[in-house]
Amino acid sequence: MVSFTGIVRNRPDGALEAMEIEHYPGMTEAALEQIASEAMERWVLSDALVVHRFGVLKVGEPIMMVATAARHRADAFASAEFLMDYLKSRAPFWKKEYVATGEAWVEARAEDEAALDRWQNE
Amino acid sequence: MDVLYFAWVRERIGHPKERVETDAATVADLVAELSAREERYAMAFSDLSALRVAVDQDLADFDAPLDGVREVAFFPPMTGG
Repeated sequence: MVSFTGIVRNRPDGALEAMEIEHYPGMTEAALEQIASEAMERWVLSDALVVHRFGVLKVGEPIMMVATAARHRADAFASAEFLMDYLKSRAPFWKKEYVATGEAWVEARAEDEAALDRWQNE
Repeated sequence: MDVLYFAWVRERIGHPKERVETDAATVADLVAELSAREERYAMAFSDLSALRVAVDQDLADFDAPLDGVREVAFFPPMTGG
């Protein structure tokens, strides 16, 4: 069994007051199910779970969790990473950071998109 | 069809969803139509490389056809996880 839980991290300057996560009702749920079932197909898993919150969260609160269960450790670890990589760039969620002086949408990072390449040729 | 907007696209346009009667052939044609309406639309669609689109809740490209489509959504690249 492998699980990973993502927590709301403060910014380097410690100024984060809250984070708001927006999602696309309907498409988001479908995307999460698709990502989990793809993992079940690619690896021999007994189960896979993806949980992601939305709404306003405080620093230190959990945002999401992925969990995979498999007979072989390698399958559990690889599929958990697969779930994370696809969750970050293919599940419709958008984060907004609130600081004392205002608010700003988090920008997608190129490396999150690049992280998917690894799963194309494996 | 329904057109949905998320994140800063929603904020810039000023509402999350609207009903649009159009015979635009592709997403790009729809964007041109919407952009011609008002400044806030033109602003939201000013840089297509900063936007993604979903057609009937599936990620798509801007040249995707629209015939028979019920829902189109515009949003920035996803930042979940």
